[in-house]
Amino acid sequence: MTTLAPRRAWTLAVADTAVMTRRYLYHYLRKPSLLGLALVQPVLFVLLWTYVFSGAIQTPGGIDYVDYLMPGLFILAIAFGSANTGVGLADDLAHGLIDRFRALPMARPALLAGRTLADTARNTFVVLLMVTVGYVVGFRFHAGPAAALATLALPLAVGYLLSWISALIGLTVRDPETAGTASLLPVIPLAFTSSTFVPVATMPGWLQAWANNNPITHTVDATRALALGGPTSGPLLRAVAWILGILAVVIPLAIHRYRRVTQ
Amino acid sequence: MPVQPAIQAEGLSKRFGDVHALQGLNLTVAAGSVLGLLGPNGAGKTTTVRILTTLLRPDTGSARVAGLDVVRQPAAVRQVIGLAGQAAAVDENLTGRENLVMAGRLHHLHRSQTHRRAAELLQRFELTEAADRPVRTWSGGMRRRLDLAISLVGHPSVLFLDEPSSGLDPRGRHQLWQTIRQLLEAGTAVLLTTQYLEEADQLASQIVVIDHGRIIAHGTPERLKAQLGGDRLQLRLATPAAASRAAELVAHLGSGPPQVDAQTGQVTVPIPDGVAVLPGVVRQLDAAGLGLSDLAVRRPTLDDVFLTLTGQGTQPPNPSQAPATDQPRPERQPATRSPA
Repeated sequence: MTTLAPRRAWTLAVADTAVMTRRYLYHYLRKPSLLGLALVQPVLFVLLWTYVFSGAIQTPGGIDYVDYLMPGLFILAIAFGSANTGVGLADDLAHGLIDRFRALPMARPALLAGRTLADTARNTFVVLLMVTVGYVVGFRFHAGPAAALATLALPLAVGYLLSWISALIGLTVRDPETAGTASLLPVIPLAFTSSTFVPVATMPGWLQAWANNNPITHTVDATRALALGGPTSGPLLRAVAWILGILAVVIPLAIHRYRRVTQ
Repeated sequence: MPVQPAIQAEGLSKRFGDVHALQGLNLTVAAGSVLGLLGPNGAGKTTTVRILTTLLRPDTGSARVAGLDVVRQPAAVRQVIGLAGQAAAVDENLTGRENLVMAGRLHHLHRSQTHRRAAELLQRFELTEAADRPVRTWSGGMRRRLDLAISLVGHPSVLFLDEPSSGLDPRGRHQLWQTIRQLLEAGTAVLLTTQYLEEADQLASQIVVIDHGRIIAHGTPERLKAQLGGDRLQLRLATPAAASRAAELVAHLGSGPPQVDAQTGQVTVPIPDGVAVLPGVVRQLDAAGLGLSDLAVRRPTLDDVFLTLTGQGTQPPNPSQAPATDQPRPERQPATRSPA
């Protein structure tokens, strides 16, 4: 009774994760304002950057700025939304729900796994909406349907990673408001010192050195290569390596934090 | 084979920085019985519950719940316990039914079983009508009942209730007591923490009084009350001088020495015979020319327990020592209440 066969333990962990994913998806559905605002911001990003900067920024090879920009905006919008993960968990903590779950016979990682999956589902919605708005203002995929799908998948992978980071932050700072602010802290400088808005070659030399090693640059470059066509394997490999590498560190840290958070 | 106790804790100690939350606590709850853990804020009540429900590891000592070791077999312990903490830990964005179904799924009940159990508990806690509305539209009392219902989803054999009536109005409190009594009839063993002597008296078959992580008294409610010497006569006089004079006059009525609070002019005496003494007290004070500003007979409080057992009242809570989750104490000196 006390020790479960490994196979059964796995099945239960998956079932528990599904219960948690559903719970957090309900949150988005029950708070239409939260979902609405989560969608307004990405749309604003597309419209503002496209119209405000398109005349001022020289793109390499003379491609349309909207085509250059959209892959980076997918990642930027998702990155800004990732703070929700930490806020939600800090909120659970403040309401005593983390204690409740920890005293239940559920799999330990299920709450965080469910939360980050629910946020990925939300991000999928965000990206699809951005593509729609992007198409209206002139954005096009240039490398066929498979690459187009990968163009959307890579930002979602980045979003999944950032959700785990935000989870770790939320469970560390423990206060919903602080969690929101703290989750954005790493995102803002990383996003703006990357190739999201302008080619790295246009930056001052010292900044180029940083920008060329910024993980966001690698993921934006790979997403952009997938959208525009051209050589993709190099950037994609680097991006995937970064994402998997950071996930391998952050997931165990976040789960460890969860186990001890109310000790 | 002897029946194993529902809870058996030996030498539990826990330190948070400089604060010794528990200092070698021993505790036994017999199968199917209710233990009331009584103490002020920061006494170690919540820490005890958190250790026994696997949320916290003790620094030293060991504990078994339903025969299972809380440190070595936490997963097994979680399958047999129910916990209702101090705050109603309910998901406000879900409906009441969804909260219960979620808990059922996490207890790994089958789908049909889960829904049946949810409906049954909603009925029992009189929440059926509101069941499909988001909990954020519910009243505090309803949330409390839902919290309790959630803690019962997995048919626990040992139930932990950490200050179950905190935040409830008197009517809600009496309803809650009613519900808990029904549980007890079903044979569930309960560890209940409270700051109210009356609550422990109403619900528990054994009371343990703790302070600073140590047991300072234990026994049946009857024994504890006998030790307290009955109700309290409380007089308030205009001046400290009048108060000490009044204390001398009423001392012979008391089953213990009168306590005088010089600052407020308040005199408190334990009286075994209840309100019967009132006419005599009034006549006597009147004859002595002492003006009363207030006169009351009340049930003993946690403060009286401490005055009797330790010679001093419960310490005003020190905000830096009290765990953040504790509620402010209900009695005495509102100005020193810690922020909850």
